Amino acid sequence: MKGIITVLGKDKVGIIAKVCTYLAEQNVNILDISQTIIQGYFNMMMIVDITAPAKSFEALIEDLQKLGAELGVEIKLQHEDIFNTMHRI
Amino acid sequence: MITLGEVQETNKMIREMNLDVRTITMGISLMDCAHSDLAVFNLNIYDKITRLAEKLVKTGEDLERQFGIPIINKRVSVTPISIAAGGLKTDSYVPVAETLEKAAKEIGVNFIGGFSALVHKGFTEGDRKLIESIPEALSVTERICASVNIGSSRSGINMDAVKLMGGIVKKTAELTADRDSAGCSKLVVFCNAVEDNPFMAGAFHGVGEPECVINVGVSGPGVVKRALEEVKTSDFETLCETIKRTAFKVTRVGQLVAQETSKRLGVPFGIVDLSLAPTPEIGDSIAEIFQVMGLEEAGAPGTTAALAILNDNVKKGGVMASSYVGGLSGAFIPVSEDHGMIQAVQKGALTLEKLEAMTCVCSVGLDMIAIPGDTSAATLSGIIADEAAIGMVNNKTTAVRIIPVVGKGVGEIAEFGGLLGYAPVMPVNSFSCASFIDRGGRIPAPIHSFKN
Repeated sequence: MKGIITVLGKDKVGIIAKVCTYLAEQNVNILDISQTIIQGYFNMMMIVDITAPAKSFEALIEDLQKLGAELGVEIKLQHEDIFNTMHRI
Repeated sequence: MITLGEVQETNKMIREMNLDVRTITMGISLMDCAHSDLAVFNLNIYDKITRLAEKLVKTGEDLERQFGIPIINKRVSVTPISIAAGGLKTDSYVPVAETLEKAAKEIGVNFIGGFSALVHKGFTEGDRKLIESIPEALSVTERICASVNIGSSRSGINMDAVKLMGGIVKKTAELTADRDSAGCSKLVVFCNAVEDNPFMAGAFHGVGEPECVINVGVSGPGVVKRALEEVKTSDFETLCETIKRTAFKVTRVGQLVAQETSKRLGVPFGIVDLSLAPTPEIGDSIAEIFQVMGLEEAGAPGTTAALAILNDNVKKGGVMASSYVGGLSGAFIPVSEDHGMIQAVQKGALTLEKLEAMTCVCSVGLDMIAIPGDTSAATLSGIIADEAAIGMVNNKTTAVRIIPVVGKGVGEIAEFGGLLGYAPVMPVNSFSCASFIDRGGRIPAPIHSFKN
């Protein structure tokens, strides 16, 4: 099972580090990262393996939201299925 | 592999263009709850609804979080009460409505549909009693939705029922006069009602449906509008293609939610209804789609053509996305629930007659239209008859959900609250149709009903 994490907000030092540290603590493996900065706005997508996280998917979503609030960015974790069904036939 | 662009597109549709799953509706058969004793019957239906739908709201909320897509309403539809309660020895079905209300509260759904009767060819005793209970039932409850099917392409139009419903709508308006006659916003009169419709107020669990089923309604007028803005100056072919592609993506989301809900609850998946259902929010409006298509206001010449394009291409895009598309799929054109439509009425661009013409090509009919409170029952019946005739002759579903706002006249505003929105009271043609409606009996089915 894979999850998609998106991070959106004003760029600053340490966003990736904080997110990655949290994921490592929760036993969530990062499979792919792509990131761009558009006009000072940080825009990142991660594909992560959520087969065996330490916490439930719901708890991860909540934690990441809180982490986002601390960093002043918006962090979202969604199940990959919504993107697969919408964009792949 | 999923790309950053795709993820951004999906999330932009959700965040900025109001893409949502409008409703998950669990259909529940109440056939096996039948009993002649009112107390036993009430107990049976309460138990069955609360047992089967116990986890409905929670499951919806879980999916909402997991996929990051808002799921606005979780609802229940039941077997038309006139059928399930056919054996009941009672004069009034109001206590049944109160039981349904109690069950709805218990499981946390905002509407429960199915206080309904199907009388397109004639009345049973139960049908008549149910219909007569509607005004009181809708005035003493908040979550009950009622509907009556008064005609079909196969059987014609039951004009006795049309006459009766004019009075029922009027009485419902009077009993809820303190709330701008909002009782009528939960009462739909259908011709060719569909049995698998997840959208209120017209939802009920048809007799051909399984024991329990999950139907999902998706909606995204905002998404279609934004997609069309990108091709603003293009020709009609591109316009149609854009609507189709967008409808496809929107429906896929509904299909995913429907399948997951069905899996988690262990209930079969019924249909995805891919309707563009507006909300009173700015940017979530069918009328605004017309404007992007090139009309100054909804109601301007060309509106019917624009709606026909929209409705047809929504369906074309959707059928590829799910094998089970059903319900009322297409574009809804309620007035009070659509910011742009309200404006069009206020500017005088949109009239009742134009709305009626538009219903020939939309997915439902005259929906959430406020009219003066002193409109006569016969005139209401006339409006219902006209709309039913459009449905009957054109083999499509049509409906009337009209609100004669007691104490208010043309130009005044009626407030219904929440998703139901608000509407300016529209003028109605004041010439009488009373003698026509008084004839009673049944309008025979049109010639093309002999298909088999």
